[in-house]
Amino acid sequence: MAHNWGMVIDLDRCTGCEACVVACHAENNISTVGQEQAARSRAKHWIRVERYYEGEFPDVKVKFQPVLCQQCDAAPCEPVCPTFASYHTSEGLNGQIYNRCIGTRYCANACPYNVRFFNFYNPVWDKPLNLQLNPDVSVRSVGVMEKCTFCVQRIKAGEIQAAAEKRELKDGEIKPACVQSCPTNAMVWGDLNDPESEASRLANSSRATKLLAEVGTRPKVTYLPRDSWHGTENA
Amino acid sequence: MAQKTPEQITDDLLRPLSGISGRYALSAAFLAGIVVAALAAFMWQVYAGLGVSGLRTPVFWGFYITDFVFWIGLSHAGTLISAILRLANATWRRPVTRCAEVITVFALSIGAAFPVIHLGRPWLAFWLFPYPSERGIWPNIRSPLLWDFFAINTYLISSVTFLVLPIVPDMALVRDRAAGWKKRIYGALALGWTGTPKQWHRLETAMHIMAVAVIPVAVSVHSIVSWDFAMAPVPMWHSTIFAPYFVCGAIFSGIAALILAMALLRKFLHLEEYLLPIHFENLGKLLLVMSLLWFYFVFAERLTTWYGNGSGEMPVFWTTQHGSYSPLFWAMVFCNFLIPAPILAIKQLRTITGTAIASFTVVVGMWLERFLIIVPSLSHKYLTYSWGTYRPTWVEITITVGTFCAMALLYMIFSKLVPIISIWELKAGLQQAPNHARIIAEPDEVRAD
Repeated sequence: MAHNWGMVIDLDRCTGCEACVVACHAENNISTVGQEQAARSRAKHWIRVERYYEGEFPDVKVKFQPVLCQQCDAAPCEPVCPTFASYHTSEGLNGQIYNRCIGTRYCANACPYNVRFFNFYNPVWDKPLNLQLNPDVSVRSVGVMEKCTFCVQRIKAGEIQAAAEKRELKDGEIKPACVQSCPTNAMVWGDLNDPESEASRLANSSRATKLLAEVGTRPKVTYLPRDSWHGTENA
Repeated sequence: MAQKTPEQITDDLLRPLSGISGRYALSAAFLAGIVVAALAAFMWQVYAGLGVSGLRTPVFWGFYITDFVFWIGLSHAGTLISAILRLANATWRRPVTRCAEVITVFALSIGAAFPVIHLGRPWLAFWLFPYPSERGIWPNIRSPLLWDFFAINTYLISSVTFLVLPIVPDMALVRDRAAGWKKRIYGALALGWTGTPKQWHRLETAMHIMAVAVIPVAVSVHSIVSWDFAMAPVPMWHSTIFAPYFVCGAIFSGIAALILAMALLRKFLHLEEYLLPIHFENLGKLLLVMSLLWFYFVFAERLTTWYGNGSGEMPVFWTTQHGSYSPLFWAMVFCNFLIPAPILAIKQLRTITGTAIASFTVVVGMWLERFLIIVPSLSHKYLTYSWGTYRPTWVEITITVGTFCAMALLYMIFSKLVPIISIWELKAGLQQAPNHARIIAEPDEVRAD
């Protein structure tokens, strides 16, 4: 049976350290657009940590919520693309095929999570960051969309390795960069078609929720909400 | 006012073709200068990247798509109004139809340029053509953008046909009066027209077929433009009301553009005896109906959204009602309803000046309407942390202004090459309905009948 990759994010464990954001930039050759462009909201963070506050200082409650492409099964970004650049793979990923993209940006408008990013300029890296590009990931040119791939290069490498060794993939063998770098293990990634996987177990737990479930996108990222946020007021 | 003879009509309407004044050359050069500036701005955008525009995350569509919807909407002036008036056999239509059909062709051409202008990689726009390419994939027929591609091309082909068919006899008329190279050019454009009964019969039949065919095409085009938005699960885009709402808005802005163009033509080409107060009055009444209909659609949309109180919709709703976009929203209500409706409803104000003022505010208001449909929804989409804003840059503003100048310039050039009022149709009106001559000469008297 084909794989069905999914992720679970435990918001009770997330400390908002943004290690996942840094790891993602390094792994996926995401160009830093510079201070001025970032101030114009052109930054490209395939994963971002959203911060929500409640209350007045010093009685402040804060929630960190990492948001990345939800790899929806009913992805609004896919049907609207006129050139099949946004495309559903056989393993349930929302592929983004840069070479096909002509830059209508329709996919980004259709995405309820705002997790798709546009290359407003050709990418540049401040020295010496230009020397650390990941050779497994293509660099995107001006005018195309990009977004989280669940580190498809790592998925493919793991599958090829397992096939070469004539064995099944083990749960936890493949880890996207964000999952690997999370110091509190707030993120778990794995095959949702394998009922024994950690990701499956957590995705089917009673705490499981989906982000913007009401939009009907059937996301493959599951959030375990922050209990202290919704817990007793006197806690 | 004396009744016009066919000879006088021919002389009057061919006069604009006889040469250009210094004032004409000066204004044409001025407009052309701005159009060139807009082209330069676009080339700069292609060279540097779309970053030179004001677009940003999450507002990925801004001025360009606003302009796209605006110009496609404006194009409904023509062919649709003209086709309906032809089918309804409204005799007063005769001096109006060609003015309208020209707006359609030019506005549609300008509108169709914007999906290319706004692309991240405009040099690959041809990938929307379904052709067996080396890439081995077809365009995605599920994408509303592809529906757009086919709808707009269909509309462009049919509206060009609809414009050109009734021009043929007038081209022959110009040919017969010209000499030298002019005679050769107009002779080619006249397509061998000699005015035999067989040719007339074929022209009438073809025009009738086109008038019937072009109406569903026009309706489908703006429905499909609305579906660019309505098909996406974006707050206040994802709405069943959008297709008729857009078609209504398109006809609304189209009539306004037609009245404005007619007022300018009347003044600058001295067509005071052809474009009469009754034409402005009748079109003004149509504009009033569309203004009321537009208000009804906006009211229905706003009421159901507010009553439904959806968590995704309400931030967009409130930002337009009394948030950061509310000055634009209320300006739109003033421009599209509160100013034009009283002007058009009161008979004493429904003059040429009155209808022209009302039309001007409607054109402004309908541009604002398209902006307010697109930008607030994108900037206030679901997750509050990802909300954003949008401000256009000089590149977008230059290109937008440039397209208005391009429209004016194309119209000016066209009116010097082709009689802007259909000569043979006016004359046919004289022959077929003797009353029509009186409508031209004494409209008030006829109305009193």
